[in-house]
Amino acid sequence: MANIKELAKQPEGLSGGHRLCAGCGASIVVRQVLMGTKDPVVVGSATGCLEVATTIYPYTAWKIPFIHNAFENVAATISGVETAYRALKKKGKIKKDIKFVAFGGDGGTYDIGLQSLSGALERGHNFVYVCYDNGAYMNTGIQRSSATPKGASTTTTPAGEASYGKVQLRKDLTSIVAAHHIPYVAQASASHWNDLITKAEKAFKVDGPAFLNVISMCHRGWRFPQQDTIKISKLAVETGFWPLIEIENGMWKFNYKPKERKPVVEFLKPQGRFKHLFKEENRHILDEIQKDIDNNWARLEHFCEAGCKVT
Amino acid sequence: MTKKIPLTGDQAVAYAMKQIDPDVVAAYPITPQTAIVMSFSNYVANGQVSTEIIAVESEHSAMSACVGAAAAGARTMTATSANGLALMWEIVYIAASTRLPIVMPVVNRALSGPINIHCDHSDTMGARDSGWIQIYCENAQEVYENTILAVRVAEHKKILLPVMVCQDGFITSHGVEGVEVFEDKKVKDFIGEYKPDSPLLDIDNPSTYGPLDLQDYYFEHKRQEAEAMRSALDAIPEILKEFEKQFGTKYDFIETYKLDDAEIVIVVLSSTAGTVKFVVDELRQRGIKAGLLRPRIFRPFPKEKIINALKKAKAVAILDRSDSFSAEGGPLYTEIKAALYDLDIKPIMVNYIYGLGGRDIFPADINKVFEDLQKTVAAKFTLPKVNYLGSRE
Repeated sequence: MANIKELAKQPEGLSGGHRLCAGCGASIVVRQVLMGTKDPVVVGSATGCLEVATTIYPYTAWKIPFIHNAFENVAATISGVETAYRALKKKGKIKKDIKFVAFGGDGGTYDIGLQSLSGALERGHNFVYVCYDNGAYMNTGIQRSSATPKGASTTTTPAGEASYGKVQLRKDLTSIVAAHHIPYVAQASASHWNDLITKAEKAFKVDGPAFLNVISMCHRGWRFPQQDTIKISKLAVETGFWPLIEIENGMWKFNYKPKERKPVVEFLKPQGRFKHLFKEENRHILDEIQKDIDNNWARLEHFCEAGCKVT
Repeated sequence: MTKKIPLTGDQAVAYAMKQIDPDVVAAYPITPQTAIVMSFSNYVANGQVSTEIIAVESEHSAMSACVGAAAAGARTMTATSANGLALMWEIVYIAASTRLPIVMPVVNRALSGPINIHCDHSDTMGARDSGWIQIYCENAQEVYENTILAVRVAEHKKILLPVMVCQDGFITSHGVEGVEVFEDKKVKDFIGEYKPDSPLLDIDNPSTYGPLDLQDYYFEHKRQEAEAMRSALDAIPEILKEFEKQFGTKYDFIETYKLDDAEIVIVVLSSTAGTVKFVVDELRQRGIKAGLLRPRIFRPFPKEKIINALKKAKAVAILDRSDSFSAEGGPLYTEIKAALYDLDIKPIMVNYIYGLGGRDIFPADINKVFEDLQKTVAAKFTLPKVNYLGSRE
């Protein structure tokens, strides 16, 4: 459990003055994740908003060691860094304990970086991977990714006379990662900061790979007023669009269950990317989305009840 | 004391790697490079090295992990061939522009398609502008020695560029030769300890690696990379001198064979030079002034040395084991021809594309090239500028 007074005293790894949009979810996620350890941290980042907006040469917003390599390979890159650390520590050339964290957007994680991530998880490197999932390629201009929710209008799945936006369901990356049987996997949201930071603490603590899938709001792509970032993020949790769960050593667990799940339209309605779904001819899509969320919730409840740990 | 042991080209690399004992090796298997990784894995398994090995899930991740490890401050190596090099392409450029001294033995193999596992140089020739130093080896002995040399070249403060040590797939990589190997201690002393300037793991002095570099700085950074490659022309001879002092072998950017008074000359890379030397000896016995030039280091391009070696010749055939479809010729040919362009009197220069996909090259083929050159010199006929040697018409 995080203590907010203590957290406020912790030095920041990512300084202000970076060029992410006001109201961007990514920097909030990064700051909360970095609050999860007091050890020195080395940060890796995939190409994406976070990287381009924090490291425009000759400036850097990073007060801690940072490496960007390419779009699809942050997991492989950090596995090289972490292996170098083990090699040099073994030889006595490094004395301190260092933690490693890789950040990637959903494009760099669900799509182009999935192989690199899977390889690094299977090899068991001691690192935390954080996907800041804003549900599209926001850096290149809001193109659909496999994390884009069904019904969302993006620049490559625009809503129109013959289209209600993205047709397919989101890829369930959290379950894919859980299938690697790594020590710790969780979904979190910056709106529930205590839950997120607690999960980051656990992730940094485990020996081996840990994965955090964190919903990250993008008001440019989602089309909502920039001051509503945390409000929208909270609605994602309250509606069950983004369940706060963790899979610790194979055990599935809900970390937070709303007393009553709000209907998903409360999450969809304030966002311009779903505006077209509220037209009469698309109403059935809203029903389908609600059904998809109910089904997923039921699946998660089943997993959590079963424990899913093979003994 | 040196000793002579039977090694394939791949094993020679692995043996050199054992003596180098890099901090990190990240590699993925691909024929005909596989034996390097397999042999080296045995050294790891038997505790003969202290290396941490990363058995990655692809070559793209191999080079990505190498970039991470080298940036972190580890002496880092990998090895690949053909499609593996192609898959890591994006990161090959990033490794060089980040100025990371990674050493990568490459076992030259034809690039798909069609898929083929045998030797040609289409893989590394495509990467000639990636910012990597490229050394081409004639035999397993050179493979062994150049792998050791490459560490010093890559890490030289005036260079700081990654190095490919190229050998011919199967011909060199799988042929067993007697290789003279050096004492472990002598190798250790020669390569020294790796001391990176601003490693990522120096947490008290944090660095940002791989920033976004826009219109206002990218150009200067690429220029610095180009200047580093140029300065390698001056820095490498110092390292070669030290190498000779330590191990007794004298290397240069180029090898010349019976070239001083040669009228007709073949220029070729890697193992085919052995066949050419055999033919040159035969021709010399018949009083024909034939010679060989073998560029050993292709990047940095040793322009002056090549000009000096070829300027007195009457006709030169440049043999390329890769093609540049519809261009002036193969890459070796176009670069050498361009280098000699400013001479007032220059030799006749023709190009032969040969050995693609591992097509054997026989002494008879080399003989034919020398005969062509003789006839051309005697003005009996004009050769086409680009010829295909050993291909069915």
